[in-house]
Amino acid sequence: MKFIKNIFEKTEPHVQKGAKFHWLHSVHEGFFTLFFVQKTTSKSGAHIHDYIDLKRTMGIVVLALVPTVLFGMYNIGFQHFKAIGELASTGFFAIFFYGLLKVFPVIVVSYVVGLGIEFVFAQIRGHDIQEGFLVSGILIPLVMPIETPLWMIAVATAFAVIIGKEVFGGTGMNIWNPALVARAFLFFAYPAQMSGESVWVSLKDADKVIDGFSGATPMANAAAGNIDFNISDAFFGFIPGSVGETSTLAILIGAVILIITGIASWKIMVSTVAGGVTLGLILNAFAGSTGLSPNVAEYFSMPFWHHLIIGGFAFGAVFMATDPVSGAQTEKGKWIYGFLIGFIAILIRVINPAFPEGMMLAILIMNTFAPLIDHYVVQANIKRRLKRVKVSS
Amino acid sequence: MSDKEPLFSKKNLKLLSDPLNSSNPITVQVLGICSALAVTAQLKPAIVMSISVIAVLALSNVIISLLRNTIPNRIRIIVQLVVIAALVILVDQVLKAFVYDVSKQLSVFVGLIITNCILMGRLEAFALGNRPWQSFLDGIGNGAGYSVILIIVAFFRELLGSGSLLGFRIIPESWYIANGGFYSNNGMMILPPMALITVGIIIWVQRYRNRNLIEN
Repeated sequence: MKFIKNIFEKTEPHVQKGAKFHWLHSVHEGFFTLFFVQKTTSKSGAHIHDYIDLKRTMGIVVLALVPTVLFGMYNIGFQHFKAIGELASTGFFAIFFYGLLKVFPVIVVSYVVGLGIEFVFAQIRGHDIQEGFLVSGILIPLVMPIETPLWMIAVATAFAVIIGKEVFGGTGMNIWNPALVARAFLFFAYPAQMSGESVWVSLKDADKVIDGFSGATPMANAAAGNIDFNISDAFFGFIPGSVGETSTLAILIGAVILIITGIASWKIMVSTVAGGVTLGLILNAFAGSTGLSPNVAEYFSMPFWHHLIIGGFAFGAVFMATDPVSGAQTEKGKWIYGFLIGFIAILIRVINPAFPEGMMLAILIMNTFAPLIDHYVVQANIKRRLKRVKVSS
Repeated sequence: MSDKEPLFSKKNLKLLSDPLNSSNPITVQVLGICSALAVTAQLKPAIVMSISVIAVLALSNVIISLLRNTIPNRIRIIVQLVVIAALVILVDQVLKAFVYDVSKQLSVFVGLIITNCILMGRLEAFALGNRPWQSFLDGIGNGAGYSVILIIVAFFRELLGSGSLLGFRIIPESWYIANGGFYSNNGMMILPPMALITVGIIIWVQRYRNRNLIEN
């Protein structure tokens, strides 16, 4: 630690006001606070400081994402070798490193582009660098299909950071979750690379696939009326899908970390699941009704809890919906916000044939409405208390 | 105003140049957004639309300016609408006669020039109180300000969304993923939301360069 501190002390005079490298000031500050607690404290008023600042908060979220990232890497290799029929003859580490080599460039591109833009904006505006991108940078690779070209990741990341975040004033001001903005951008801009059967399993350098192979995700199959997946595979994550979403188990580990440390709101997670389960039950109840097309009827009758383990439902509920910036802020609002996310996600999933998965759109929609929900919760509170005042006087 | 004022005095030239930047109808007054989003997926319809709007705006400005002392105040909106509608129908017929395919592409949006807020705005704010020549210049200026934005937006939307400009291919076919390359057109550029975002970016750049426009 002493060694690192020395480096910062040596470089500090060069970035002070008036010095030659002043324009690197916020970069210096950013890296310094990565290792140490900020030197300056607020000069006026009474403030309570603790060490859990934004950087540490984000650090814990990244930590909670580690199981998903590691499993995601393994699953990329797993799906690849399964598709070419060499699963039995390939060792664990070969599988893992195949996935690692696939996922790592995406993570690097996402961080370099995103942080690069954040640094530039921080310099232009004379702000300190905000750490919001630390989490977005890892979430972006996790919600993308593995074979998405790197330049598309770069374009989407740039779009998400500039249009999704910086135009609103930077970290903490954004209306939507930046990682989902990136995904939505790709989804609508380059649909061929973002949906369909061929994007979820890495097969670019494979010359053969086994007979009867299909790269379709359980979601796509289900939307086509063909519900056929192994429950334990779906729970542990051995199904095709984007990097982070497949393993419900790894996501649950992350959820436990987030809830224990109090970083993410358990209310949002619980209410999201409740919303999904509610609509799942309603659909089950209507499964036998006449007039449904066979595809949809099949989907209606899928047991409600299966919705929670396939697709991006669990990932969205734990890591995306709970974003403290774009989600609802009031305690009552969180219940409404989460419930509607789950509800709308399943609604889009089952009823709308254009979108096999509804989690991204559901969260973006509710991100948009979160301030409105908060407004009415606050207004209702004010009204309630006003009434109390009138009664007592 | 004296009759001796030269046709292109400084004041008159300002009528032409202001709408291009500091009082641009789209980016500053935020008028006429709907058509700017609808017709800018490609460059050619955007250019035709621009010319139509310039023509209608300049002529209706002149006509209303000539009539300005005879129009009863209480029915002025109806008179303005009649003038604009007549001119729009003329323009529509001309487009149908000479550039039929573009006219089909623009479909209702030529007709909807009638409801373009820029027109009513300029008639109300300028032509009713100024002489024909000034009104003419004001019409040309505002039409040009509208056109500049339309053409910039259409340029980026066609280039990034279709890989071509005015129908000519700019991005080589061999770059595309379907042909073994790496490139793919940005499908979102074709959709109206991206037009709104593009207009937003233009406003951002303009305000960054012209600090007077930033509200306190």
